[in-house]
Amino acid sequence: MARILINFAHPDLEQSRLHVQLLRTIKSIPGITFNDLYEQYPDLDINVAREQQLLEQHDIILMQHPFYWYSAPAIVKQWQDLVLEHGWAYGHTGKALQGKYFTNIISTGAGESAYTPAGIHQHDLRQFLLPYQQTARLCNMQYAAPYVIYGLHRMELTEIREQAQLFRDTLTLLRQDHFDLAVLPGLQYLQDILHLPAQLQ
Amino acid sequence: MDQHSLLFQSMVYLAAAIVFVPIAKKLGLGAVLGYLLAGVIIGPSLLGFIGKEGEDIMHFAEFGVVMMLFLIGIELEPALLWRLRASILGLGGLQVTLSAAAIAAIALWLGQPLNTALALGMILSLSSTAIVLQTLNEKGWMETSAGQSAFSVLLFQDIAVIPMLAIFPLLAGTAAADAAPHAPSLRDHLPGWGQTLVVLGAVAVIIVAGRYLVRPLMRVIARTRVRELFTATALLMVVAIAVLMNLVGLSSALGAFLGGVVLANSEYRHELESDIEPFKGLLLGLFFIAVGASIDFKLIMQQPWLIMGLVVGIMTIKGIVLLGLGKIFKLSTDQNLLFAFALADIGEFAFVLLSFTNQTHLMSESMTSMMTAVVAISMALTPLIMLLYEKVIQPHFTMSELKEERDADEINEKNPVIIAGFGRFGSMTGRFLRANGIHATILDMDSDRVDALHNLGIKVYYGDASRYDLLAAAGAKDAKILIIATDNTEQTREIVVMAQRYFPHLQLLVRSKQVEDTFELMDLGVLHIYRETVDTSLRLGVDALRMLGQRAYHSERAARTFFRQDERSLKGLSALRDDKKQYVNSMKERIEEMEKLISSDRIKSWLDEGKGWDASPIRDEVRGEENKDTPQ
Repeated sequence: MARILINFAHPDLEQSRLHVQLLRTIKSIPGITFNDLYEQYPDLDINVAREQQLLEQHDIILMQHPFYWYSAPAIVKQWQDLVLEHGWAYGHTGKALQGKYFTNIISTGAGESAYTPAGIHQHDLRQFLLPYQQTARLCNMQYAAPYVIYGLHRMELTEIREQAQLFRDTLTLLRQDHFDLAVLPGLQYLQDILHLPAQLQ
Repeated sequence: MDQHSLLFQSMVYLAAAIVFVPIAKKLGLGAVLGYLLAGVIIGPSLLGFIGKEGEDIMHFAEFGVVMMLFLIGIELEPALLWRLRASILGLGGLQVTLSAAAIAAIALWLGQPLNTALALGMILSLSSTAIVLQTLNEKGWMETSAGQSAFSVLLFQDIAVIPMLAIFPLLAGTAAADAAPHAPSLRDHLPGWGQTLVVLGAVAVIIVAGRYLVRPLMRVIARTRVRELFTATALLMVVAIAVLMNLVGLSSALGAFLGGVVLANSEYRHELESDIEPFKGLLLGLFFIAVGASIDFKLIMQQPWLIMGLVVGIMTIKGIVLLGLGKIFKLSTDQNLLFAFALADIGEFAFVLLSFTNQTHLMSESMTSMMTAVVAISMALTPLIMLLYEKVIQPHFTMSELKEERDADEINEKNPVIIAGFGRFGSMTGRFLRANGIHATILDMDSDRVDALHNLGIKVYYGDASRYDLLAAAGAKDAKILIIATDNTEQTREIVVMAQRYFPHLQLLVRSKQVEDTFELMDLGVLHIYRETVDTSLRLGVDALRMLGQRAYHSERAARTFFRQDERSLKGLSALRDDKKQYVNSMKERIEEMEKLISSDRIKSWLDEGKGWDASPIRDEVRGEENKDTPQ
């Protein structure tokens, strides 16, 4: 069974509508390690040893966060800078993360159409995620397709609940023994695994 | 050897103080009682080391009171007077007027002539500033509402002495007619109104001199920058005022008080205060010794019942008046009792006024000496009465008041947090929680503070949080968190033990003051200990680093690292502390270790969490590759 680590970063969870629901579903899935970065390090003073140990213990590393300014909240960057050490995560001797899967779980305010060449943001979302993709590569990991929830600004609570349901199903499926993780980098979105032909699931 | 040489006398006084004050302190009696006891023992009635029987040894010792009044005067900023105006004028004025009237009426009824009765009333209405303030300070009651009220009344009394001194010659003017002529003294040559003028004139001289002579002189002295000279000037000033006042036959204490008031607003106020403070303490001790020594046991043995009766009677009358006033001025019952107990005695100004009445023939010689004994005994009783209050009455009130409030509040108070101790520490936490919408049930031992919080609409239980029933009443069964922010280490420990035994579900967040307290709390199994000044000190340290040019973020992180390291080493040390030698060694090691970390060439190893930001390993690796690629 794949061991999943969710590194969660939300500086203002009190105001969040979506992530609160997502977290609730995570709790109902056994065997997922939930690591709330702002909760652990309210002063951004990251315990590198602890974080590295967590990474070593898991197969799939998911960075769950709202999509702020085409990127993650500040603590994710701090986490990257400090935890992904040279000689440990990358470099000649840096093989600690080899073979693991890494990706983002993202929510955006705007709808999917905004992230197209014709849309307001003019680029596909995957393009903005390039730094994470390359980070994964440099650290000898595979960048899996990101989990993206678009259009939060217009979403009603019922829809949010539906999204949370989908999220739970996706994570549950990811943890299945028979699920082939190798398909992950080839997908467009992580939640697409729910629509894969049965033999791939 | 001349037993009355100055040096010998000084030796006796100092030795007596050094022997008796620590004993009295050890016995929980307080320093004032120690001094008084010392006086009684070395005085003429017992060992006879100081003073001959009947001799006025108060005269020299009074200088301590002079100093104290100078200091009280100097602290009298207009702002303070204004703030206390209601209690000074209202409480103080009524206390003096009512007590004086009641005592005078009784004296009149006992067959004293009117003017003597009036003089007696005025003299006996005063309380002892020296003993009361000292005792209140010693017990830490100065900030309670009773303490503040008592301070106001004492202040009024000290000021009231001025008009009294002015009135006495006028009273004597009518008395002179029926009093037998005595040996004439210097001021007897003046008629009553003339003496009144002398009093007022002397007061005016002090005020004018203080303003136009002393301040310029201070400026000159200050410019010399010789510190002793400043002390000498301060002393000279007080002594000079005393001499001047003695010359015109007035109270030197009063003069000093006035002098202090005049200088209260000068820029040299604090300098003067700190210069005179040490002399004050010693001389005040001397004064207390002298009071003890001046208790004339022979006189008392002659008429023991009459004198004791007078003491008890006068103190009872004053006590009743004070209780009534406290009630009117809305002191809570326990505070009102403290207020009455503290001020029921007769003050040192009574000695001054008594000798003054003697000179002006307001009273007979025998009456003066008897009243002197009464005053001395009542002063000596004051610390004992306060002790009685502390040990017997206060605990009783703490309990009953607590029950009253419990009944009133129990039903609707169910908060997740209980805060024990709402002083400068606990109140900050409480305010923070409140700002975040968390309501806490607050327990505090200081009734003054409790009242203040009540006025702000905050519910507070008054009482000792280490009592099971109080914590239970505060809702400890349903609460989640108990914050113990009490100021008293012993009490903190008691609350912890009690809470752990009866409310084990409560999370304890405990303030600790010193390392030893922290260890003790660790031993008790407390997980959340907050050493009270650690965070502030480190914040200061961070600012210092920044001022020295280090970057803010670096400084901030350095402080956090230091804090973590310090907490860790504290936990390590806690395990070792029973072994003294090992403890010291280990402590040294840890300090060295910390310093080594800090002073190591690569500051990065001190803040090794920052390795991810350090590009040098990559540089080394990249260069290594390049070297490999380049053929040798």
